Amino acid sequence: MKIGVLAVQGAFREHMATLAAIGVEGVEVRLPADLDGVAGLILPGGESTTMRRLIDRWALREHILELGRSGAPIFGTCAGMIVLSTEISGGEEPILPLLHAVVERNAFGRQLDSFETELQVPILGDTPVHAIFIRAPIIEEIGPEVDVLARLDDGRIVAVREKNVIATSFHPELAGETRFHRLVATMAAEHADPGEGSGRRPHPIRRAKAES
Amino acid sequence: MTVETSTWATKKGLAQMLKGGVIMDVVTPDHARIAEDAGAVAVMALERVPADIRATGGVARMSDPAMIEGIMAAVSIPVMAKARIGHFVEAQILEALGVDYIDESEVLTPADETNHIDKHAFKVPFVCGCRDLGEALRRISEGAAMIRTKGEAGTGNIVEAVRHIRTVNAELRRLASMREDELFVAAKELRAPIELVREVARAGALPVVNFVAGGIATPADAALAMQLGADGVFVGSGIFKSEDPARMANAIVQATTHFDNPKILAEVSKGLGAAMRGIAMEAIPDAERLATRGW
Repeated sequence: MKIGVLAVQGAFREHMATLAAIGVEGVEVRLPADLDGVAGLILPGGESTTMRRLIDRWALREHILELGRSGAPIFGTCAGMIVLSTEISGGEEPILPLLHAVVERNAFGRQLDSFETELQVPILGDTPVHAIFIRAPIIEEIGPEVDVLARLDDGRIVAVREKNVIATSFHPELAGETRFHRLVATMAAEHADPGEGSGRRPHPIRRAKAES
Repeated sequence: MTVETSTWATKKGLAQMLKGGVIMDVVTPDHARIAEDAGAVAVMALERVPADIRATGGVARMSDPAMIEGIMAAVSIPVMAKARIGHFVEAQILEALGVDYIDESEVLTPADETNHIDKHAFKVPFVCGCRDLGEALRRISEGAAMIRTKGEAGTGNIVEAVRHIRTVNAELRRLASMREDELFVAAKELRAPIELVREVARAGALPVVNFVAGGIATPADAALAMQLGADGVFVGSGIFKSEDPARMANAIVQATTHFDNPKILAEVSKGLGAAMRGIAMEAIPDAERLATRGW
């Protein structure tokens, strides 16, 4: 099983290193052909305006949307969260709208407002996540199918999941935090080789597709 | 929940987010918008692009704060601004404006011929230029959270940039191959703190992001820098001194991503109009070389 890391710009090498640290093969994705055979995709931090240019120019958009719709896990950190949201506050066109949410770019301000903190993410257990926020976005509103995975003390949403799509405002890949990547790898393994047929349980998205 | 701002991880982390990208010199908000639309990951505000500094001479200083604020208001990407080497008051002013990164830059006229700015004293992160590993490590020990090799700004000539990135990376490889007991002399020769030299020798890499700057004028130049091991590129005069800045800027962005794909490099290099004219190194007297500023 391989997991792609969008490598058009940003901190993709840190995600590749995190995947290597948990024993998962990562693939740098710059062109549609690089997506062949990946069971999931990570969208790194970087500049979303730059990623938009590079995603558009080489027709990655349709291929990534298709991968997301197939049920493969898609994990976006920081700029990746912006890239995945269906609405960008301020009116920019969405880029890869797979996550039903309204996202605000640079929600905390400029670089001087970038910060680190310890964050409770119950889905990952009781040990807090060391979260690094760099000119980070937040989720302002969520659709009915979106689960909140983490909030700041003031209630602002900084990590979400909608079915196979996960997004965080912060950077687990900069903090030596591997649990999100393990979760994504688990979901990707399930997507690549679902339990269906072995009598265990249905895969929600594949089952829905098979029945329709 | 304790919240810490301006930590080493956030300072260095912003530079990590800029990797694989192009940081473009801009003089006005209009330039900044063109750069953002073309896909720049950040813009660098300065008074005059290096080619003009070279042409007009005089003392080159920090940009007008009103102009910097105009640029910050015009774009959503990070805004960097240049301060003179050793001019910590220009840096204080830039921090007060809230810029995202300060470049303590040899492109401006130095304000101190002995000391660089104590960059640990600032909340805003700094990027500094270097020609070799020792210079990079001295800047990092002063608090720089990002490094760029200097090249020779405002020339449109890539030769110095190539020399500097090759030098830094060759010295890194040499350091990584040394025995522990050889590192003391290495630190002396590099004129850098032994603790930092040890860390770099162990990792075989700089502890911060390293971009290439100074002389990039075409998509092929940017890809050359990337293939030689740059984490990203700064382009100064190369964009706004070319015939069609928006097209050149976008082509350099594409080339920086697809730096190891010659077919795509050929595709994006087509029909861009004239690149900046450029200057041969032999035509520049030693006294007018910018890269030799900084110590």
